[in-house]
Amino acid sequence: MLRAGPTVDMTPAIELRATHRAFGSVVALDSVSLTIAPGEFFALLGPSGSGKTTCLRLIAGFDQPDSGTILLDGEDVTNTPPFARNVNTVFQDYALFPHMTVAENVAYGLRVRGIARAERARQAGDMLDLVRLGEFGARRPHQLSGGQRQRVALARALINRPQVLLLDEPLGALDLKLREEMQVELKGLQQRLGITFVFVTHDQGEALSMADRVAVFSQGRIEQLDTPRVLYNRPQTAFVASFVGSANVVGREAAQILTGRDRAFAIRPELIDLLAAGEPAADGYVQCAGEIVDVLYHGASSRLRVKVDERTTLAVARSESAGGGVQGLTTGAHVRLAWRPDHAVPLQD
Amino acid sequence: MRSEQPRRPSWERPSLFTRVMAAVGLVFLHAPVWVIALYAFTTEDRTYQFPPPGLTLHWFDVAFARDDIWESMRLSLLVASAATLLAIILGTLAAFALARRTFTGKESITLLFVLPIALPGILTGLALLAGMRTIGLEPGFWTIVAGHATFCLVIVYNNVVARLRRIPPSWVEASMDLGARGHQTFRYVLLPQIATALLAGGMLAFALSFDEIIVTLFTAGHERTLPIWFYSELFRPRERPVTNVVAVVVILVTLVPILLAYYLTRPDEQSQGT
Repeated sequence: MLRAGPTVDMTPAIELRATHRAFGSVVALDSVSLTIAPGEFFALLGPSGSGKTTCLRLIAGFDQPDSGTILLDGEDVTNTPPFARNVNTVFQDYALFPHMTVAENVAYGLRVRGIARAERARQAGDMLDLVRLGEFGARRPHQLSGGQRQRVALARALINRPQVLLLDEPLGALDLKLREEMQVELKGLQQRLGITFVFVTHDQGEALSMADRVAVFSQGRIEQLDTPRVLYNRPQTAFVASFVGSANVVGREAAQILTGRDRAFAIRPELIDLLAAGEPAADGYVQCAGEIVDVLYHGASSRLRVKVDERTTLAVARSESAGGGVQGLTTGAHVRLAWRPDHAVPLQD
Repeated sequence: MRSEQPRRPSWERPSLFTRVMAAVGLVFLHAPVWVIALYAFTTEDRTYQFPPPGLTLHWFDVAFARDDIWESMRLSLLVASAATLLAIILGTLAAFALARRTFTGKESITLLFVLPIALPGILTGLALLAGMRTIGLEPGFWTIVAGHATFCLVIVYNNVVARLRRIPPSWVEASMDLGARGHQTFRYVLLPQIATALLAGGMLAFALSFDEIIVTLFTAGHERTLPIWFYSELFRPRERPVTNVVAVVVILVTLVPILLAYYLTRPDEQSQGT
């Protein structure tokens, strides 16, 4: 079950109905409704304080909503304690128990369920093999690297064979290279096990590359819930346009001047063409002229900022390999820009 | 005793004056203890004549043969054990209740727990005696234990609270998440983490109770704990070096748990994993 999107005939793995949670006067989750299908790799994306972690903690049962309902596999678990939910969590700090060995950590979920020692050891061994740490069972958590600890946390959370695995910023504490490796590994693990993964992240790249669907959170609400592709290509709000990837968000007044239409829009820097002197724009393209403010070299591409209006500066990405270098484009030069009208995504106000 | 430490620049090194004063301070603190130990072995039984005219182990025999000493020693050990046990149970419960949660009145309750250690013993004793009189309680073993528990509890509470605050909330959540009930989380995750704090707190509490006299004077009734025995011995100085013999034993009895507590609560690399 790799296809994205909830299907009508399936009971959702997770369902939040008008779930509301406030801490004092701060509304962490503002009446959020959400449906996650079985087997889905689902991302809760947002900046800190946007409600994504609160959402995860409510699903895990560490916190209770002020109002609303939480269903797991069709069953109301709003008042069910965490130990009675068939959901397990990989914590941001891994939360490994330092006084237990790696194998004891992994077997903990079996131990508290009264499974016999030999059986515990066998299953913990299998789980450690699954995360390629078979040799490390006798070590203590502090003797492992960050990436290894994370895999122990993963094995520990999976040993109870949960319907849903929750991951809180799973890659946050790892360095860049390890992060990329773990993205591939998590994705592969999820596909092999076929269970629902829900992960919280503030890194849009992580959400786009791993998730089947992404819910973008802002100020306790879901701004948009879509597949990564739709989210990137068709952001509905200025927040999503600028938070997921980078985009030029053009407000209503500036849009009126540039396009003649009274509607805010977003356009990705890589979708704006830079016209050579005297080069005509393709048919139907929106055109405008401006002055280069600065040029930043990024290796594979360069990024220019072009001031097209007193209050509007557009970022333009130029791929180095596609012959679109920036030679001759210096600060202060006058250039013309053009883009396909349907590349400009209209935004809700 | 880390001799391999790099030499510090001269302006950071203590001056001769500072060093001498530090030495004088230490001698002032510890010399009387050595004097007491020395006169446990003296052959002269009336005056503290220096140097002692001769050394003998005779007073140890005398002390060990005296029933009143054994009786007081036994009572003090029992009281200290009971007060410590009570303090460990109640102090741990209080620490769990107050370590993380926030609720109205928490600050006041915390203060009420910690206050007995700051309150002069004479006030605690007076208050307890007045309280006992009011409800018609006969002073005896359990009133001594109750009096000692008031300050022993603080010691245990402080140790456990400090340790609990170092435990990330995610450990408890992870335990619950994996299916553990409250008592399992306590047994498997929290207790191993606070065990050394409990041991250290317990030993300190034991040592405090063992040599407590002020509160005890008010709550003991006719019972004679070891410190009270010492106190009464000052006025009836028969066989004076016997007191010193008992003092040496007491020093040893209290020193062991305090040293153990010190080593157990040292920040060690082992338990510091993230």
